[in-house]
Amino acid sequence: MRLSEIGLFLFMVDCILCNNYIFSRFLGCCPFLGVSSKVETAAGMGLAVTFVMGLASLFTWAVYQYILLPLELTYLNTIAFIFIIAALVQFVEMFMKKSLPALYSALGIYLPLITTNCAVLGVALLNIQSNYNLLESVLNGVFGALGFMLAIVMMAGVRERLETSDIPLPFKGFSISLIIAGMMSVAFLGFKGLV
Amino acid sequence: MSIVYAILVMCILGAVFGVALSFADKKFAVPVDEKVQRIRENVSGANCGACGYPGCDGFAEAVAKGEAPVNGCTPGGEKSAKALAEIMGVSVEACALEVARVRCLGEKGVAKERFTYSGIQTCRAAMAFAGGPKECQYACLGLGDCERVCAFDAIKMVNGIAKIDPEKCTACGMCVKECPRSIIALLPVSSKVTVLCSSLNNAKTTKLSCSRGCIGCKRCEKACEFDAIHVVNGLAKIDPSKCTNCKACVEVCPVNCIVVEE
Repeated sequence: MRLSEIGLFLFMVDCILCNNYIFSRFLGCCPFLGVSSKVETAAGMGLAVTFVMGLASLFTWAVYQYILLPLELTYLNTIAFIFIIAALVQFVEMFMKKSLPALYSALGIYLPLITTNCAVLGVALLNIQSNYNLLESVLNGVFGALGFMLAIVMMAGVRERLETSDIPLPFKGFSISLIIAGMMSVAFLGFKGLV
Repeated sequence: MSIVYAILVMCILGAVFGVALSFADKKFAVPVDEKVQRIRENVSGANCGACGYPGCDGFAEAVAKGEAPVNGCTPGGEKSAKALAEIMGVSVEACALEVARVRCLGEKGVAKERFTYSGIQTCRAAMAFAGGPKECQYACLGLGDCERVCAFDAIKMVNGIAKIDPEKCTACGMCVKECPRSIIALLPVSSKVTVLCSSLNNAKTTKLSCSRGCIGCKRCEKACEFDAIHVVNGLAKIDPSKCTNCKACVEVCPVNCIVVEE
């Protein structure tokens, strides 16, 4: 879907609800299940991913359009993007350690793991695949990450309630989380075709 | 030609990111406590997690805050404990180093067997099968669950029971957790005299099942001048803080279950 065809609002709905990275594209499931035990840390993770995804879309688009495309090195896109994302995550980590130490320690190992969060690489590659321009790329990155944040915060809310619920023994712990993730995914299927 | 471009592009990208990140590193540098850094240098660096903290960095921070004991780094052993004690300004004596000991002497021929077990060769499986092949339910089964879990190659099965090499043991506690009979314990290195029996059975049952089991006769209790050994629930126990390693109890023990570690 092009921004010029459907307008900003529908573009946003498309990114957040219809093509949710977790529930319809199944990208970025590791932090989705790993950091979703508390709403605050989930929101923090969501914000960090939003930041990284937005910047990654910008940089990867620029590198692709102005370096890889003119030099006919488009086959290098995956490797170059991984490179950019790794550097960005490193930067975000430094920034967070300095200015948000509480969030830094709460996210722990999952912060460097944004590097290998496939949603970030996914957004960069999808931008190229869909022939997005700069604005569309960045918006796709930011809205896509907001969709990720929505999913992870919702999941954290459910999991906080699970803590105090009486769950049958075979479903306790991780298995019920996976079942809930599946149900949420099915629910999000309802947004398909909205835009 | 295009391969040259490819290499060049990746190199340039790498250089640009490298420079940018090194600037960012300076700009966002967080002052690290000098103490933490010095502690970090003096621990093993194995990131094994035996101390219960997330890696060596977490441990170093906890030590600096005074939350973790200076001898908490087991792979680092005595050397790191001393170095850390110096950094933190506490005495090494205040924190005893530990070593794991198997509290059973029931070798082949010492502990009686009830039947010959030929099932799955793990202690846990053997124990699930009618309570294990040995008469004494506190006896070491000698099938090597602890040996397999030991990361430091310190445990060997000798003559049907586990033997721990105190030189190699780092007191990480993995075997203590693994032993299905819970007969391995962490004891201070300084206490050389130990009761190597875990049997809480009464004297008659113990006597029938093992020739070196503690029968709770209290002779050691009477022989001890320092009030360091007591029979509790039919089993002699030595208080390491009171024991002076005088060996008076070793001499009087009728079943030789009090052993002097070399």
